[in-house]
Amino acid sequence: MHPAPRALRRAVAVATTALLATALGCAPQPDEKAADAPSGAAGNTCAKGKLATKTSGKLTVATDEPAYEPWFKDDKPAGGEGFESAVAYAVAKQLGYDKSAVVWQSVPFNKAFAPGAKTFDFDINQVSISDERKKAVDFSSGYYDVRQAVIALKDSKAAKAKSVADLKGLKLGAQVGTTSLDYIDDVVKPTQEAAAYAKNDQAKSALKNGQVDAIVVDLPTAFYITAAEVTDATIVGQFENQGGTPEQFGLVLDKGSALTPCVTDAVDALRKDGTLDRLEQQWLSDAVDAPVLK
Amino acid sequence: MTVTKEESGQEGADGDGGRSGAGDGYVPSQRRLDRERHKRARARRATAIGALSTLVTGVVLYLVVVNAPGWPRTKETFFDQEYAREAFPKVLDGLWLNVRLLLICGACVLVLGMLIAVARTLRGPVFFPLRVLAAAYTDFFRGLPLIINLMIVVLGVPALRLQGVTVDPVLLGGTALTLTYSAYVAEVFRAGIESVHPSQRAAARSLGLTNRQALRHVVLPQAVRRQVPPLLNDLVSLQKDTGLVSIGGAVDAVRAADIIVGRSLNYTPYIVAGLIFVALTIPMTRFTDWVTARMDRRRAQGGAL
Repeated sequence: MHPAPRALRRAVAVATTALLATALGCAPQPDEKAADAPSGAAGNTCAKGKLATKTSGKLTVATDEPAYEPWFKDDKPAGGEGFESAVAYAVAKQLGYDKSAVVWQSVPFNKAFAPGAKTFDFDINQVSISDERKKAVDFSSGYYDVRQAVIALKDSKAAKAKSVADLKGLKLGAQVGTTSLDYIDDVVKPTQEAAAYAKNDQAKSALKNGQVDAIVVDLPTAFYITAAEVTDATIVGQFENQGGTPEQFGLVLDKGSALTPCVTDAVDALRKDGTLDRLEQQWLSDAVDAPVLK
Repeated sequence: MTVTKEESGQEGADGDGGRSGAGDGYVPSQRRLDRERHKRARARRATAIGALSTLVTGVVLYLVVVNAPGWPRTKETFFDQEYAREAFPKVLDGLWLNVRLLLICGACVLVLGMLIAVARTLRGPVFFPLRVLAAAYTDFFRGLPLIINLMIVVLGVPALRLQGVTVDPVLLGGTALTLTYSAYVAEVFRAGIESVHPSQRAAARSLGLTNRQALRHVVLPQAVRRQVPPLLNDLVSLQKDTGLVSIGGAVDAVRAADIIVGRSLNYTPYIVAGLIFVALTIPMTRFTDWVTARMDRRRAQGGAL
């Protein structure tokens, strides 16, 4: 057994030390906002237009692309038209940022929840608030009470369903990652496995092609689809809220974001002064009531 | 973490050749014994150094990851036991769809790919249109992105409302996969057929075999044996791409994970699905390695003229 050449041993030792040093040294210091501080810690002043946003003096708002009607108009979030676009600008104004200080950013639905630094101040993308999701991101208070509805082709037997029980034997579909899909699994509990689509567009084509009997989407989307996109489809009915609490859409913020309490206050203020109701009237008034499936 | 024995570590193992003839009174010289001992020592040292450097690398990587400022968040988002437990049975359910698609599409792909490859290598002017068609097929389907192929077949074909044509997204998705992968596999087979030396075919023909018999008994067996590794590559790739039929709403392993991720915003189900796929690939690789080795052994035994 020859002893290892000294030079080699020394090199290995040096390399190891250097590696360990970099391993410990290159870990960047966590930033001021401790990641696990309770949201809404005291000491945040929501000074108008002076929030700790990503870009100082600007408010960066994210949504998915394409942006669908009736939430956004013509796939232009920055247009201020469509319910969510209007809400975003109303919240921005409440926070002290006028229209020119709002920067829109396209962020896919799933990317908005990935851990790691967020590139936006808040995301508005028809995201339902749930306790489970609150472990991953912060939500503002709810800006819209949403209900889920069932759409089927007018001449199909699914269109004649009067109750949840009538839907049991059908092939149902919904977009993956949505509460619509949860409603199928938890409320209807169909005999055939629900079809899960990456996008609502594919769910719509499947409905047109007869690959599913009915699809589940939120009520405003259902009204838009039946009015403009799949005109030979009809709204069969809407579900009752699960567990008696209304399902709500909320703005998504980074977990532990300093802005969460400010944005929540802004949404609450808009609800109090009637702005949210007015915008709902303006953009979602077509979404009248549909029969409730018991 | 496994420490593989380095190549050099095996040098000492075959240093005791020449002792086969027990009756020839051969006694290895002292020098030879020393040499072997030295070789064994070198091998041991190589293994030790390999183990140590692997350990150091592992420790460094571990420290880098665990000391990253975002590690606690990452840990609970990607490695959560609760969600792993919830996802595992659902992902396995979905995996059954992947496995069925892999078996059925795999069989269809092998047959179709072989037919196309043979069509492309046919000789004789009469087969010209067949050769052109086969070439056009491989060019088109190898070039067409699989995801677009799936979109057209799964969402487009039902829109035609043809009588008697299925609208089942799984069957349609399987068809699309078979179309694309047959083109890949046909090229693998063709390369194999063309790599068999022309003298083989000439020898077969001179023995009185027809063109077809020469192909069937002489050329193809050699071609297929050579093509096992690249074929396996395509099979593993197909296994992962079976998940793309979820475009049509079918719930495979990855989509089953998607559903839980979408509800909880926790990414652990993806890790679970990924590990299951890897675990599925490993036995398949070992099996084909074993088959190839067996074929090689058989070839080595016979064939001595």
